[in-house]
Amino acid sequence: MFDWIRDWVLLNPPMLAFVKVITVVGVLMTSVAVTTWVERRLSAIIQFRLGPNRVGPAGLLQPLADGIKFLMKEDIIPDAAHRPIFILAPALAMITSICAFGVVPFGPTVEILGVTVHLVILDLDGGILFALAATSLGVYGIVCAGWASRNKYSLLGGLRSSAQMVSYELALALSLIGVLLVSGTLRPTEIVEQQAGWFWNWNVFGGWQFVGFLIFLIAAYAETNRLPFDLPEAESELVAGYHTEYSAMKFSMFFMAEYIAMITASSLAVTLFLGGYQLGIPLAIEGPLLWIIQVGAFVAKVGFFMFLFVWVRWTLPRFRYDQLMDIGWKRLFPLALANLAATAVLVAMDVIRR
Amino acid sequence: MNLIGFILLTLLSVGSAVMVIQRRNPVESALALAVNLISIAGFYLLLNAQFIALLQVIVYAGAIMVLVLFVIMLLNLPEDPRESRSGFFQLWLAVGFTATFAVILRNAIRGQLADATFAAPTAGFGTVSVLGHELFSRFFYPFEVISLLLVVAMVGSVLLAKRRL
Repeated sequence: MFDWIRDWVLLNPPMLAFVKVITVVGVLMTSVAVTTWVERRLSAIIQFRLGPNRVGPAGLLQPLADGIKFLMKEDIIPDAAHRPIFILAPALAMITSICAFGVVPFGPTVEILGVTVHLVILDLDGGILFALAATSLGVYGIVCAGWASRNKYSLLGGLRSSAQMVSYELALALSLIGVLLVSGTLRPTEIVEQQAGWFWNWNVFGGWQFVGFLIFLIAAYAETNRLPFDLPEAESELVAGYHTEYSAMKFSMFFMAEYIAMITASSLAVTLFLGGYQLGIPLAIEGPLLWIIQVGAFVAKVGFFMFLFVWVRWTLPRFRYDQLMDIGWKRLFPLALANLAATAVLVAMDVIRR
Repeated sequence: MNLIGFILLTLLSVGSAVMVIQRRNPVESALALAVNLISIAGFYLLLNAQFIALLQVIVYAGAIMVLVLFVIMLLNLPEDPRESRSGFFQLWLAVGFTATFAVILRNAIRGQLADATFAAPTAGFGTVSVLGHELFSRFFYPFEVISLLLVVAMVGSVLLAKRRL
């Protein structure tokens, strides 16, 4: 009965890749919807409000209602806007943030109907670099949006975003190199496999990468334009920043791109520093049950970081722009360099072993 | 499969390269250049050089072009309204040089590459570890000299900028 699935899907690489992509994008989109609900409810709790609780049980269908609203709304393109780039920008923002997720292993190598399947879309030799490349292209969506709107607030938002992302990408990449030195590979699946066993094997503990982990986390907040680094859309200064002129689904696409970028940043942090899908406690079970537990562990860890994103956003005030640049260049960058040098020495002295 | 990819990439890279010089709007030109750089990364992928392709995207499209865009937007360059200013002499000189270049290129391809055979890539070709070993063994000195060159360029530009501040 399942023969056709095996022959047509599992043993057919393009079809298998297609199925994986559809599944992952579907799960990502659903997670975005759930995250918006969680964010609104959590922010309400933090501020002693109730938040959306009318549509569906506990307001869970609110994202669906919002989605319908965004699709039905009038889509306004300003007369002065540069039409092709104005339309292209939200798509660029979304595509790049989805692409980066492609190299994240969200589960172990499993066997379905006797066929070995890797639970990752792209098992690349330079997978970490692929994620970096995709996130570094993400800035184009925002910059194009800011420029194509022909609005000075949008332009300022786009400018801020490009300066901020280029600055923090340095610290981000340098904090990653510490992990790469420890693991000796750029392939995410291998990095996760090395962190098997007890949780003290995770790179953040066993690889002595706690400083690198903190730098990565801070830089990831800046890369995803989230508070306390959301200067590109600072509403008290720039109306709404780069998406001031966007309405309806195009605005929503920027919104989704931001949330997908958050999910990708969280899953990269989990993959590189916190053992990816490894549970952290060696279990005496094998087979499908273990696989499900491991995928669950991955989802739980990413979920925790998403919670952290929301928590930080509604707790911390925004930095001033000069403070932002100061933190990026004068604090994080030297700290990341020092971390890299220290890691290199420790690896060379065989203190950290893999 | 490779041939189709090659043709598509060629169309993309040549098309975007033409856009770079043909567009009046500097931002459009810059975006076309970004597309061009990414299509070149595609060529590297076709040549089995995965690592180089990824670096091409990160360094050129992800960092350098973003800075170029940043500067263009910061200066808020207007659309260049001027019509073609090239005179009679310039035009014919351009045609002549292009023709000469085409002939040289044709002879080079015909003469050198007509029946050349290329060695098949060795195992692990283009992967990070193989490339790293090559860079830090066979090409160690050129590699270090290039990084020194970059440091000199950086220090020089800082010095020039600071003098005017």
